[in-house]
Amino acid sequence: MKRPGKIAKLLIKTFFKKPITGNYPADGSGMPEGFRGKLKFNPSACIGCKMCMRDCPSGAIEIRKTGEKQFEAEVNLARCIYCGQCVDSCLKKALEITADFELAKLDPAQLKVILNAANKEQPKA
Amino acid sequence: MHKYGDVIVPIGPQHPALKEPESFLITLRGEKITASSVRLGYNHRGIEKACEERTYTQGVYLIERVCGICSHSHSTAFVQAVEEIAGVEIPARAKYIRTLIAELERIHSHLLWLGVAGHEIGFDTLLMYTWRDREVVMDLLAKLTGNRVNYGINTIGGVRRDVSVKQKEEVLKAIDTLEKQTKYYIDLATKETTLLKRLQGVGVLSHEDAISLGAVGPTGRASGIARDTRKDDPYAAYGELDFKVISVDNCDVYGRTLVRLGELIESFSLVRQVIAKIPDGPITVRVPRKIPAGEVLSRYEAPRGEDVHYVRSNGTEKPDRVKVRAPTLANVQSVSKMLEDRYLADMPIVIAAIDPCFSCTDRLIALRDTQTKKSNTVIWETIRLKGIEWYKQQGVDFTALNKKLSKKLHL
Ligand code: SF4
Ligand code: SF4
Repeated sequence: MKRPGKIAKLLIKTFFKKPITGNYPADGSGMPEGFRGKLKFNPSACIGCKMCMRDCPSGAIEIRKTGEKQFEAEVNLARCIYCGQCVDSCLKKALEITADFELAKLDPAQLKVILNAANKEQPKA
Repeated sequence: MHKYGDVIVPIGPQHPALKEPESFLITLRGEKITASSVRLGYNHRGIEKACEERTYTQGVYLIERVCGICSHSHSTAFVQAVEEIAGVEIPARAKYIRTLIAELERIHSHLLWLGVAGHEIGFDTLLMYTWRDREVVMDLLAKLTGNRVNYGINTIGGVRRDVSVKQKEEVLKAIDTLEKQTKYYIDLATKETTLLKRLQGVGVLSHEDAISLGAVGPTGRASGIARDTRKDDPYAAYGELDFKVISVDNCDVYGRTLVRLGELIESFSLVRQVIAKIPDGPITVRVPRKIPAGEVLSRYEAPRGEDVHYVRSNGTEKPDRVKVRAPTLANVQSVSKMLEDRYLADMPIVIAAIDPCFSCTDRLIALRDTQTKKSNTVIWETIRLKGIEWYKQQGVDFTALNKKLSKKLHL
């Protein structure tokens, strides 16, 4: 039957249900496994071939030599588009992508992070 | 000329219908629109040119960002072209995965549209419910690809992520939920008089006009043009799947709604077929970094209509030319026709009914001095300073606020 207000039944039904929207961030609703977020770097596996730099579409990653067979990766979190191409391009599996997506900072300088040998992050000085 | 004369009203460029900049010049006689013209060019991003500066691999990610809704459409059209030039055949499994993501994208895009259409006619309840259900498919896409919007599933020579058995089950479960909801919306659309009265006979585009103006996708199919690239020129796995091309003869916004709802049901069936038929095997083949010289025109049926990409290579790592024809560019011409002799109040829904994507459509505009005929390039900073100056003249001064803000941001 054609009539107005056909959706009213659904409205009344959902009125007594819990809201569908989550209470982010309190309820910890994160992203699913395999989500492309912040990069992780394993310096002991890196051989400094710079394939990741070559394929990065946004020029967000830089691999630098810090010593004999020692490398650090500088990632600009503001430039990175979280595509994960660098992970695909790295033949040594030195890069990994994590589901960490809460990366906003008030200070733009803190968006440049160095993933270094001790695997400790430091914002760029 | 009417007794009181015609009034020309500029609408836009600040999102007149959807949240994108475009400008319409509407000639009004009373409440009726007598003529209209569309002006694009407020959101040009120079993506085609930028592609020439990047390698093919980098280009995939850039092309994906042509559109925030049909991101998979654009990247598939692009990689298909590159693969054809390189002369590689991708594995069957990769083709099926591309088809799976393509159909999930169509589901999310059509549900999004239904909500937007509800919003434009003041039926926000519909917007809330369709967008609630759309989350089901968005979550699914995030699980399968690693992102909600820019899936990044395509790479030259195949796809980047495989679909596991568990994921297949999740897909089927989500599709069941979505199908149930879509059936409810179909019931609603055919019986709820609020929708019928507001959509029937609005934004009429006759079959002849649709052909002569080159309408594509649901806009064309609602005017009886039974064309679908998936059927006419099968790509990915569409040649091996069974589906109907939905077309109706309503020629109005209601018809466009019916086509999209019908396509949703077809998409659910396509997803089920893909899950059932997906062959085992590798998901990528190796493609050399240097693509041999050649040119290819690639077609793809995006949710909004046929998407065309042209790629020309010159034997290096970077393309020589990339050209994108987004579906909105083909449909935007028909908007003026649909608005003719209609009421001003119908304008938002008529524009929204083609499901426009203006930033995907924007191409280069050149500003020319009418006297000297010389073109003039203005840099962003000049426009910004001009804006500040203009506001100052109006008595609004943001300098103090700006200082405060930059202090807060440590700029
Ligand atoms: S591609 Fe891998 S091994 Fe090569 S420089 Fe980058 S992180 Fe290191
Ligand atoms: S994730 Fe993408 S954008 Fe970010 S550093 Fe890696 S290749 Fe570059």
